[in-house]
Amino acid sequence: MSDDPGTSGDGASDNDASDSDAGDGTSDTGSSGSPTLPAGVTYRERSGKSGPCLATRGTPVYGEPSDGDWRLWDARRSKVAAMYEKGIDLGLAGNEKVLYLGAASGTTASHVADFSRVVYAVEFAARPTRDLVGVADDRENLFPLLADARTPETYAHVVEPVDVITQDVATRGQARVALANRRFLRDDGRLILAVKARSEDVTTDPADVFEAVLADLREGYEVLDTARLEPFHADHLGVVARPR
Amino acid sequence: MTEKTTDGEGGWFEGLERGDLEGAREAIENRSAESPADWPAQAVEAGFATDEGDYYDALHEATVPTAREAAAEREQSDDQQLIHSIRAMDDATRTANELAERVAEWAGSRFDRSETGIPGARAVAAREPENPADERLVGLAARVVALDEEASDLREFVERAAGEVAPNLTTLGGPVLAARLIALAGGLKTLARKPSGTLQVLGAEEALFAHLRGRAPSPKHGIIYTHEYVRDTAREHRGSAARALAGKLTIAARIDYYSGDRRPNLERELDARIERIRARSDP
Repeated sequence: MSDDPGTSGDGASDNDASDSDAGDGTSDTGSSGSPTLPAGVTYRERSGKSGPCLATRGTPVYGEPSDGDWRLWDARRSKVAAMYEKGIDLGLAGNEKVLYLGAASGTTASHVADFSRVVYAVEFAARPTRDLVGVADDRENLFPLLADARTPETYAHVVEPVDVITQDVATRGQARVALANRRFLRDDGRLILAVKARSEDVTTDPADVFEAVLADLREGYEVLDTARLEPFHADHLGVVARPR
Repeated sequence: MTEKTTDGEGGWFEGLERGDLEGAREAIENRSAESPADWPAQAVEAGFATDEGDYYDALHEATVPTAREAAAEREQSDDQQLIHSIRAMDDATRTANELAERVAEWAGSRFDRSETGIPGARAVAAREPENPADERLVGLAARVVALDEEASDLREFVERAAGEVAPNLTTLGGPVLAARLIALAGGLKTLARKPSGTLQVLGAEEALFAHLRGRAPSPKHGIIYTHEYVRDTAREHRGSAARALAGKLTIAARIDYYSGDRRPNLERELDARIERIRARSDP
C-alpha cells in the first residue's frame, strides 16, 4: 500500500536532518535530495504537467485535481507541501496526532488529516472557520476549534498531547505562539512552522525577521532544518524543530 | 488523576452525558485547562467513551457543530453584516457603471443620439426593441438600471445600519465613511483597537508601505479623505485636519465598541478644532 520506504531508501533520514543543521538553523538552502514522505503521501505523475506532484488520499475539498483516490497537494496553496517540495525532512511517518494552529479554510489541514491519526485544527477567524467546518464534516479525524492560538489554555481541555504541531498563523509574535503551544508537544515531537515575515514586520528585510524569530524560537526548541519557501510562498520560511 | 473534577483542569467531557451537544458546546467554549492531558484515555476511564475511536467519534460530533455555530454567530454580528453590505454596494455600483459603458458603446452603434452612464442605460431601457439585437441591448440596459437601484437600496441599508452599529462614528464621519472604516479594519472591535495614526491612513496601504520601505513620503490620509473636513481643507492644512479627524473618529469608535452611548461633545470638539485649523489659512 505505502511505497514510501521504497522511494526514499533512507531510513535514517530523521537523524540526518538533525545532525546536518543543529548549529545553524538559518541556512537558506534546506537539505538536498528528496525527503522521506509519510505513509499516505506520494508523488503522482500528472498528464500535461512536467514533473510529478504531491498527492494525498481523501475526498476532494476545494476543487483540486484528483486521480482516482489521490488528490493533488499543491505546494503553492500549502506551506507544508511547499516544505516537502523544498526538500525539508519533516520527520513524519504518517498516522501522527497533530495540532494544527492557523488552519484557515482547512486546505492544508485536510491534506494533513488524510495521512494523520487525528488533527486538532485551531482557527481564530470566523469566515475561514465556516469553510474549515465544511472540510471537517466528512473527515472523522479532523476536529475544528474556533480559538486563539495565542491562548492555549482556552483549548487545552480539548486537545491532547500531540506528536506534531503545524503552525501557520499570520500574527506578530509567531515564535511566542510556538513557545506557548509547546506544552502540547510530546518530548520527541516535531514543530512544523511556516514563518511569515510580513506578519512580523513589513519594513525589515525578511532575512533579518527570520533570524529574530529563530532566535526567539530557540528558547524552547531545537531548530533542525529551515528553508525559504520561494517560489511557492514569498517571504516565508519553513522551519522544522523539536522541543528541548 | 481522575480526582481532578474541578472546572478549569478537567477535560471538556467531564460531567457530560454522551449526546448532550449543547452541554458539549458550552464546555468546549467556556472551560479551560492550563495544560493538556491524555483526554482520550481519561474519557475511556470515566466511562464517557468505550475506546479511543469511540472518543474521537464523540469529539468530532461535538467540535464540528460547536465551531460551526460559534463561527456563524460571530459572522452574523451586526458589524459583519454592515461590512458585507458596504462591499456589496461598491460592487453593485462598479458593475452597474461598467455595464452602462457597454450599453452606451452598443447603443451608439444603433441609435443616433445616446447618453452615457446610468442615465444613458435608463434611456435605452425605456426603448421599444425593434429587432433581436435591440432586444438584447434593451434587456442588458434594464439589468443595469436594476443593478443601480439595488446599489441605492444597499446605500440606504448601510446608512441605517451604520448608525445602529456605531452611532458616534456615524455622527462624526457619516454612515458610508463609518462603514468603510469598519470594513477596512475588519470589524468594529479591531477598529476600536487601532491607534489613531493607523485609522488616519486606513485605505492608503499601498502608499503607506511604499513610505515604510523608504520610497515615498508618508500618506496624510486614507479613506477619511472622503470626509469634507479633510477634502475641503486647504492642501497645506490637510495633514492637520486628517490628524484631528482621525483622532476624534478613533475615540468615537472606542466609545461605540466599549460603551455604546452617545457623546455629542465629540462633534463639537471636532468642529471647533477644524475651524481653528482652517483659520490658519486666512491671514
